[in-house]
Amino acid sequence: MSAKTADRIALSVIIAVAGIIMLVLAALLGYLLYRGLSHVSWHFLTSVPQPFRKGGGIGPQLFNSLFLLVLTMIITIPLGIGAGIYMSEYAKPNRLTNFIRLVVEVLSSFPSIVVGLFGLLVFVNLFHLKYSLAAGALALTVFNLPLMVRVTEQALRSVPQSQKEAGLALGLSRWKTIRSIMLPMAFPAIMTGTILAAGRVFGEAAALLFTAGMTTPRLDFTDWNPFHSTSPLNPFRPAETLAVHIWKINAEGRAPDAPEIAAGASAVLIIIVLLFNFGARALGRAIYRKFTATK
Amino acid sequence: MQALIEIDRLNLFYGTFHALKNISMKIPEKAITAFIGPSGCGKSTLLRTLNRMNDMIPGTQIDGTVSIAGADIYGKDIDVETLRKKVGMVFQQPNPFPKSIYDNVAYGPRLHGITSRQKLDEIVENSLRGAALWNEVKDHLKRSAFSLSGGQQQRLCIARALAVEPDILLMDEATSALDPISTLKIEELAQELKERYTIVMVTHNMHQAARVSNQTVFFLNGEVVEYSETEKLFSNPEDQRTEDYISGRFG
Repeated sequence: MSAKTADRIALSVIIAVAGIIMLVLAALLGYLLYRGLSHVSWHFLTSVPQPFRKGGGIGPQLFNSLFLLVLTMIITIPLGIGAGIYMSEYAKPNRLTNFIRLVVEVLSSFPSIVVGLFGLLVFVNLFHLKYSLAAGALALTVFNLPLMVRVTEQALRSVPQSQKEAGLALGLSRWKTIRSIMLPMAFPAIMTGTILAAGRVFGEAAALLFTAGMTTPRLDFTDWNPFHSTSPLNPFRPAETLAVHIWKINAEGRAPDAPEIAAGASAVLIIIVLLFNFGARALGRAIYRKFTATK
Repeated sequence: MQALIEIDRLNLFYGTFHALKNISMKIPEKAITAFIGPSGCGKSTLLRTLNRMNDMIPGTQIDGTVSIAGADIYGKDIDVETLRKKVGMVFQQPNPFPKSIYDNVAYGPRLHGITSRQKLDEIVENSLRGAALWNEVKDHLKRSAFSLSGGQQQRLCIARALAVEPDILLMDEATSALDPISTLKIEELAQELKERYTIVMVTHNMHQAARVSNQTVFFLNGEVVEYSETEKLFSNPEDQRTEDYISGRFG
């Protein structure tokens, strides 16, 4: 076989594989949206679920998902970026840092159900947080932190050495160089990574079953005082998220329109995750341009 | 001329590699001193000991003393940031920050605590004039530094270094990535700058050393082979190896 033919065959195989992946993705998305979108309405997005009757919505679950995401990110972002900066800029290459890196790797490949059980034992029982948003946020932090650390570390490492040297040579301290030169340059990548991590958190169910819980108390959406027990903002109340809700309806839904609700909720979930992904890219690019004065 | 930098029996190791061997020299102020020699001879390493940029490389070990204006820069009470403010550096590849021209120059002063807009404007203008770039960029200071040509970027980096008011300017093969015309401009600029600054340059280009420097140091395998007035070193070298190198027999 001539080199040219081999080349052509390889190319067609690669195109075929890429095509198959695209097709699977498109079919999956299309099916989910086709089945779900017809059920999505303003009423569906804002009303409470009905356990036994038709016409229930996903309002509280949608709110819970978003609020839990915010809580998780409030914990994850400072920790993840801090650890990432340490790993990339300060940690000397020795056994301890290699061990930390190994732990981060292992942690990031942990099955989320295991993280959930860990959350149950530690946050829910040991810390007496009960089934609550706080426990859920901590479990998701365990799940999410490795990703944030890695994203930050890699983003900082991809800043050219010459930029770092330029800062140091001007007499800037190491921290000033990191903060004012390297972090801004790494920011788009960190931002993108953060939002992608957020998408993962948003769709997570297994880690939340035993931490944030599978129920939502009656919420009073006019009461925004986080210390009131019926306030949506109370971080110590149980909260069933959208992904958990989908699982629960499919597993034990009694409402006659349970399959439609599950399909509608899935479509909403998918759309939001997609929005995160596209938003991440657009935002990353925009911020990079702003920071670097490139047109 | 008075010596500003004094190096006394300096040895430097990267791990087990003996990169600089027993170097002693005096570098005079307000003059251009050129380090020449083949790749890997230690000339860049020595340059980087002068502003302690080697500190960043793990496994670097130093003994002997390097003093600037009488103070041992590896001494205990030396603040590395202050040292680097006083010893500016220009690198081989132009490395402006991905910011506007103005912000590049104002960067150092800002982070060293100058906030007055008027004062910053003044520093930016003076530094850009000092780097012979002002006339080319004064009308678009807000443009990205990356919109400049390579030679202009390098002069911007010089301006950036001048903006923190150094006494010494280190140039680490600062023209090797540039075209001949930009190179010439930087060489002319160096001639002007030596009126006010002490310049130490590493160059792999012997002609450049011959054209611009007052003193030349020839390095080989981590040792100083010959150090003398540039004119003398190129016209009448004492060491056979220097003669071989400058006449192009190796390197």
